[in-house]
Amino acid sequence: MTDATAPDETARPGRLREFWFYFRENRGAVFGLWIFVGFVICAALGPWLAPYDPTEQFREFALLPPAWQEGGDWAFPLGTDPLGRDMLSRLIEGARYSFFVGVIVVTVAASGGILIGMVAGFAPQWLDSVIMRIMDVILAFPSLLLALVLVAILGPSLTNAMIAIAIVLQPHYVRLTRASVLAEKQKDYVTSARVAGAGLLRLMFVTVLPNCLAPIIVQGALSFSTAILDAAALGFLGMGAQPPTPEWGTMLAEAREFILRAWWVVTFPGLAILITVLAINLMGDGLRDALDPKLKRS
Amino acid sequence: MLKYLGSRLLTFIPTFIGVTLISFAFIRVLPGDPIIVMAGERGMTEERYQELTEQFGFDRPIYEQFWDYFTGVLQGDLGDSFVTKRPVWDEFFALFPATLELAFCAMVFAVVMGLPAGVIAAVNRGKFFDRALMSSALVGYSMPIFWWALLLIIVFSGNLGWTPVSGRIDLVYYFPNSTGFMLIDSLMSGQKGAFASAVRHLVLPAIVLGTIPLAVIARQTRSAMLEVLGEDYIRTARAKGMSPGRINGIHALRNALIPVITVIGLSVGTLLGGAILTETIFSWPGIGKWMLDSIFRRDYPVVQGGLLLTAVMVMVVNLTVDVLYGVINPKIRKR
Repeated sequence: MTDATAPDETARPGRLREFWFYFRENRGAVFGLWIFVGFVICAALGPWLAPYDPTEQFREFALLPPAWQEGGDWAFPLGTDPLGRDMLSRLIEGARYSFFVGVIVVTVAASGGILIGMVAGFAPQWLDSVIMRIMDVILAFPSLLLALVLVAILGPSLTNAMIAIAIVLQPHYVRLTRASVLAEKQKDYVTSARVAGAGLLRLMFVTVLPNCLAPIIVQGALSFSTAILDAAALGFLGMGAQPPTPEWGTMLAEAREFILRAWWVVTFPGLAILITVLAINLMGDGLRDALDPKLKRS
Repeated sequence: MLKYLGSRLLTFIPTFIGVTLISFAFIRVLPGDPIIVMAGERGMTEERYQELTEQFGFDRPIYEQFWDYFTGVLQGDLGDSFVTKRPVWDEFFALFPATLELAFCAMVFAVVMGLPAGVIAAVNRGKFFDRALMSSALVGYSMPIFWWALLLIIVFSGNLGWTPVSGRIDLVYYFPNSTGFMLIDSLMSGQKGAFASAVRHLVLPAIVLGTIPLAVIARQTRSAMLEVLGEDYIRTARAKGMSPGRINGIHALRNALIPVITVIGLSVGTLLGGAILTETIFSWPGIGKWMLDSIFRRDYPVVQGGLLLTAVMVMVVNLTVDVLYGVINPKIRKR
């Protein structure tokens, strides 16, 4: 399909370097990558980075403003919430949940979607039609609404929210995989592999799949950010992680009634969501440019 | 063309049946017995339970239940709400104008801001304006809109006091609800200040709901414009000495609009999903808030019916966009 992804043995050793060369071109993407690295560090080292336990309540310091404001205290750099819990610690801990949501949702949605998409691409016409109609049905529902209803069925919790979001996102992978499979299947290298006696499974996963990966990886980055946004939205609506979990969306929901009295309890969790999602989207743009020149938006 | 229309309609029917099947399945896969849920904490006698089971048809085979539900849906019968006892269909269409008004204004906002932004960015490709506009578009695209709504409330309602926090109009105004669209009704009522009040209530929710479509439209317009600006006929127009304004505004934009219109059509699903968040935050009495409230109240017929009607609405819009696209661009029909 594209030179960057063709299985050209001589180009193999330089592939990662080539990728980095194109990725580096996009300054925004590199910037996004650094922020994402910071986000991953917060997620991985949360308990050691955070100054306090995220659920510890300092009742005498409730609703303390950020340190640089009048009445603030450097012991709580970003202030405290209505129960006297340290905002900074809760935000750092929240990164874990968001990262976790992104990784699990993308893994589940992508592996399921790729599998179904491969089957649809290689299956006889009727099975292909059946699969694609089912995907059309899922895509007909507004994704947040479907996720909400699924969570209502399964019961509100972070795990169920992740399952619901993965189900809602998975048709995009099916469509993408199927489209690339159909395009690749026509090519000579696939025919030659088939003539050489490659079995169906080998043909699907060893011959064709690696050449379909570029758009799927880009989609992976984009749905990572969608997953974080949707999980936060579900948390905000009371259908995701439940309090006192310091999930960013749930924190916003808890802070809603203090919106006009204490701007920091509302501002920081949302800012954390925005920055993370923005960084991932920036990275996604860079990935697209580097992996898939055809998709490149001039 | 007819063949194209036919093939589109043929894919519509199985999708419609599938959507009905999903919303039918919803009430049956829920944990717990819906009749017991409906009884609430009062409980009910064994006789009453049997009576209701029969009334809802839960004692009959599942395929018969589905057939009844499906034929009911085709006749506009979606059952009655557990809470208000009114038909779901009536409730939906009583609230729908509020959501339509909000979504329409959000879309107008998104198009009015997004199209020029995309064109300006494309014309100034690589320059400061392009970078600034596209960075803002990416921020908008990444925005958690529920947080954006809260921020706007803090600034415009809290600090500046310009806009109200919730509802569609101040309670001091009262007039008949003839069209269901507050902007039109308040104008027709002729009461002084009613229209202004309706506008003030609408501005923030419309901006919040329109933010993501705005970003998508700006990005799409820019890339479509860039593609068109590279075409030969644009070079010809330039060579003829046509003014840049005329070239960009008329020759280029018209052809760039085709993919943009598709994006606008496809944002309807996003708008209806976003309406849940926006309406909840601004207490806007529309479909999104109604559905969320019903989920919390366990009013299952409403959730079921609302889910189905929203999906059908999205499907109809997508079908229309598909067909229109075929009309505008003959190349598509051949696929």
